[in-house]
Amino acid sequence: MSKNNVGVDIPDSILNQYDYKPYAGTKLGNPVSQRVAPTVRAQFGENKVVDSIADVVKAEVKDGMTISFHHHLREGDQVFNEVMQVIIDQGIKDLTLAPSSLTNVMNDMVVKAIKAGTITHITSSGMRGSLGDAVSHGALKTPVIFRSHGGRARAIETGKIKIDVAFLGVPNADEEGNANGMTGDAVFGSLGYALMDAKYANKVVLLTDNIVAYPNTPASINQTQVDYVVKVDQVGDPDKIGSGATRFTKDPKELKIAEEVNEVITHSPYFKNGFSFQTGSGGAALAVTRYLRQSMLDKGIKASFALGGITKPTTDLLAEGLVNKVMDVQDFDKGAADSMHTNPAQQEIDASWYADPYNKGAMVDKLDVVILSALQIDTDFNVNVLTGSDGVIRGAVGGHQDAATAKLTIISAPLVRGRLATIVPKMTSITTPGESIDVVATEIGIAINPKRQDLIDALSHIPGVPVYTIQELAAKAEAIVGKPKEIEYTDRPVALVEYRDGSLIDVINQVKD
Amino acid sequence: MEIKKTALAGTLESSDIQITLSPATSGGIQIDLDSAVASQYGDQIKDVITTTLQGFQIENALVKAVDKGALDCVIKARTVAVAQRALEQTEPAWEVL
Repeated sequence: MSKNNVGVDIPDSILNQYDYKPYAGTKLGNPVSQRVAPTVRAQFGENKVVDSIADVVKAEVKDGMTISFHHHLREGDQVFNEVMQVIIDQGIKDLTLAPSSLTNVMNDMVVKAIKAGTITHITSSGMRGSLGDAVSHGALKTPVIFRSHGGRARAIETGKIKIDVAFLGVPNADEEGNANGMTGDAVFGSLGYALMDAKYANKVVLLTDNIVAYPNTPASINQTQVDYVVKVDQVGDPDKIGSGATRFTKDPKELKIAEEVNEVITHSPYFKNGFSFQTGSGGAALAVTRYLRQSMLDKGIKASFALGGITKPTTDLLAEGLVNKVMDVQDFDKGAADSMHTNPAQQEIDASWYADPYNKGAMVDKLDVVILSALQIDTDFNVNVLTGSDGVIRGAVGGHQDAATAKLTIISAPLVRGRLATIVPKMTSITTPGESIDVVATEIGIAINPKRQDLIDALSHIPGVPVYTIQELAAKAEAIVGKPKEIEYTDRPVALVEYRDGSLIDVINQVKD
Repeated sequence: MEIKKTALAGTLESSDIQITLSPATSGGIQIDLDSAVASQYGDQIKDVITTTLQGFQIENALVKAVDKGALDCVIKARTVAVAQRALEQTEPAWEVL
């Protein structure tokens, strides 16, 4: 056993078998790494356009390969299931599935592919629903590897993930493979995560329902990277690509938390001209953007940039001149996607530029304020965004570990959800180390990481924002919901959670039931 | 006490619990619980229901409980309501509350 820096005992057998070092801390120094490069088969204007996914799969996908997809089409994705079904039908076995993430619409197909022996290894940002349930109950022989968006970029660049064939759905492409995410029926905006696959996969297969005149610009993915362009009927359902993310919450609990988060930001030393921020897509995070807008107007403060997954409330700030630049790795709604098309100050960035700890400087390093969510928070400020209170996988690392390295990291979360405490003495797994978390905001008040005396000084006397210790918040939550029975696990690992640098922060075991 | 008729209390809204109470002649209080938090709180939910029903001197009953994350106080209130309906009591049972 080796104890890592968040107190998790990791069996030496796992460290040896999967070649890991235990997580040692958020300070990474200046690691030197060797990049890998893809194999390229030169083409000279031959026809890349094909009508049949089956022909491409037959020619390119072999037993034991690593295949990838992006998740920019989210719950509207129609590419993944179509391609996976063809691969299953052709009887291909023992594939490693290495998508940027897996959305609910893909769950049942992945479970089917696991049962068929088609998929035997998975690395992803996360998984939910029937797939998370199946994996947590031991569906795969080898553990899933969970990586953050920055961690995936690092793993691809350093060859830990070696993609043989990438299948990338795009809302437009020309006959040579110049493509972007900004026009067409299935528009989703930034191609940020897919750009990694386009750059590093040996074979890049674009799938589109919209072949446009050559040359197609602006080209996010360009013809130098693309082997095939497959014409399909529909790459995505437009109504489900940006499902309801911009809904402005009316939940009084979320509004109270959002108001508090805004108070924390505006009372922090970082709230000054030229500050930068990232917010997520949750109800409270969206509400924060509205409160923050008013505070910026009141104080005459403008932000230098907003980062990460972008929503319309953020692009509205850009249009209004309250934010100078939007650095966009993914768009959560059509409003944000449209803005990327029309506003040159909204820059598409890839996952490496966004958050990779092994490049020559990622944007998260310049981030002042970030608001993140949590399934659970423990009394050491560690955060879990991967497993539910029952120990079953139902979430995604996303950019959580990466963005949490910001100067002021605020976790917005209700004290309890139904009968489940959010702030607990011990979580079902650790995703993001408490060392990088500064403030936890709940509907009853905030807790400040005791390591941040400067923030304790700055934030302890805000009217209407009571300050508790994290232990007090955990005790208040338990007083409401009662003490839960401990979840029982077998000793068989079903998932390994990497920190963004590729060290091992936690191991998720199979649940017993 | 004898249960006079099958009764129901509560809803399927978040943070509520819907309890159906039916007569039984033997077997004690048998609870069929459906809850998303069963692995953490299943025993405690059953305990609250059983203790509350025993307060009404109900010894045998079939209980179907569909829990949507209710807290103990809600579970107790719904159990009291369903017990009074099943026993056709109209006055509050103060000694149980």
